[in-house]
Amino acid sequence: MTAEPIRASSRPQPEDAAGRDRLRLGRLARTGRWLLPAAVLAAAVGLWHWAVTAYDIPHYILPGPLVVATTLIDEFPSLALNWWMTVKVSAVALALAVVAGVGLAVLFTRSRWLEMSLLPYMVVLQVTPIIAIAPLIFIYIDDHVARVLFCAWIVSFFPILSNTVLGLRSADERLRDLMTIYRASGWQRLRHLELPAALPYFLGGLRIAGGLSLIGAVVAEFTMGSGGRAAGLAFRILEASYRMQTPKMFAALLLIVLTGVTIHLAIGLLAHLLLRRWHESALGTEV
Amino acid sequence: MDAPLAAGPGAARAPAGQAGAAARPPLVALEGVDKAYGREPPVLHGLALEVRRGDFLSLLGPSGCGKSTVLRLIADLIRPGRGRIRWADPAAAASLGVVFQDPTLMPWATVADNVWLPLRLRGLSRRTAAPDVAEALAAVGLGGRAAAFPRELSGGMRMRVAIARALVTRPQLILMDEPFAALDEITRFRLNDDLLELRARIGCTVVFVTHSVFESVFLSDRIAVMAARPGRIFGELAVPAPYPRTAAFRASPVYADWCRVASATLAAAMEQGSDDG
Repeated sequence: MTAEPIRASSRPQPEDAAGRDRLRLGRLARTGRWLLPAAVLAAAVGLWHWAVTAYDIPHYILPGPLVVATTLIDEFPSLALNWWMTVKVSAVALALAVVAGVGLAVLFTRSRWLEMSLLPYMVVLQVTPIIAIAPLIFIYIDDHVARVLFCAWIVSFFPILSNTVLGLRSADERLRDLMTIYRASGWQRLRHLELPAALPYFLGGLRIAGGLSLIGAVVAEFTMGSGGRAAGLAFRILEASYRMQTPKMFAALLLIVLTGVTIHLAIGLLAHLLLRRWHESALGTEV
Repeated sequence: MDAPLAAGPGAARAPAGQAGAAARPPLVALEGVDKAYGREPPVLHGLALEVRRGDFLSLLGPSGCGKSTVLRLIADLIRPGRGRIRWADPAAAASLGVVFQDPTLMPWATVADNVWLPLRLRGLSRRTAAPDVAEALAAVGLGGRAAAFPRELSGGMRMRVAIARALVTRPQLILMDEPFAALDEITRFRLNDDLLELRARIGCTVVFVTHSVFESVFLSDRIAVMAARPGRIFGELAVPAPYPRTAAFRASPVYADWCRVASATLAAAMEQGSDDG
């Protein structure tokens, strides 16, 4: 058998003007993706600095960016412990959400009965504001870390569950037929067809859950926070607000934002690495 | 079946088509098969069809006449409402090769891993399966593309991967459901030629669904023409032209004659189908 000419898989070098224009636009778009947000950030910080100086706004109302930066550096040794706590709680909550979400999704696709019985309650759990059940959790769970962990887990669990269920169901019908013809077992079907097909959906859910786990951890601490070694960054923000230490509030907030952005980028990178060779969502993307 | 998949000196063997289709032993037979989905009018009614060992049997018919349903019945993906499907050799039923209209590859797996799948499901490790996978890929001319992902291949190449996957278990029977319908004519001609060459080498039985008269005459030694509403076998034609059939056969008057006969039969089948409907 002779194969038809092999299509080049590397990026082609267009010879026509339109192709060159397209390449140039692509390069511009890639640079712009970094440059434009950076320019917006610089402008906002500049404006912030100018406003604070021009109107002589006191630090306890609105500290300028330089004061926030100095406070962050000065306070970092004491904030780092709480930061680490928040990072740990968010990460563990996310990991537990992945285990429970994927596990339950697999069970749901095995048994319609189970899904019909449980899914409505999962939705109830999802639509109930976490802040409304936090006081109850405060009563029933003694350990501070366990409480925060539980809240962060609840909010990050549902997107993983619902996306993974959708993904497991989205496997190609013909490939399912093929599995039947080759007499694949239930486990083989899951391992070789359904789980890989669900991967892009799962990663979409993980992206949402990653942000939510941090939000859950912070919100939980605001409502049930306690000091001591187990306190997270949210507690430090509360504490600083009681003492009118506004620059410290900003410094802690900055750390939370940085954590959120890092989680987002890390999951984006993971998705890119896992999908770049085959899935449309990751083709030609760069993190 | 120990015939090598890949071409080599002396690999070609006498094509099965020359033994005379009527003298071949049966492989699988559909007897009085009815199939309906829910309350819809039946898709198939009283369908009788015998596939014999070494056949290249085409199911030719208009869209919606139940050709694909026949394949799904043989593949045991669906059960007949009435009638039965009788296998002369249950082992053949257990090892089918199937090629769908779409290549139906796993986009997340490389070409080699796609071809490995049927063997992997039988518990063969990548290493154990590697020689068979390499041989099947070489047989369809894709030996150099084992590490590529499906999206990096053209439509014709993807279909070759699907054929390699169907061949890798060395099945006695391969079911093909309009595999080349979505391809351009040039690619389709080339794949038709290659398919015949492959089959001559491995000597398996093929049931090939198509709605192209030209394709069915070029490829098959038996054509079962189907009528629609409800689907049934309207008539059967033998195409006694000897294999190997090459591009020269496509240009021959004999080929044109057979196409005329098949077209006329198909037209009559369609007329009857529309009368009944």
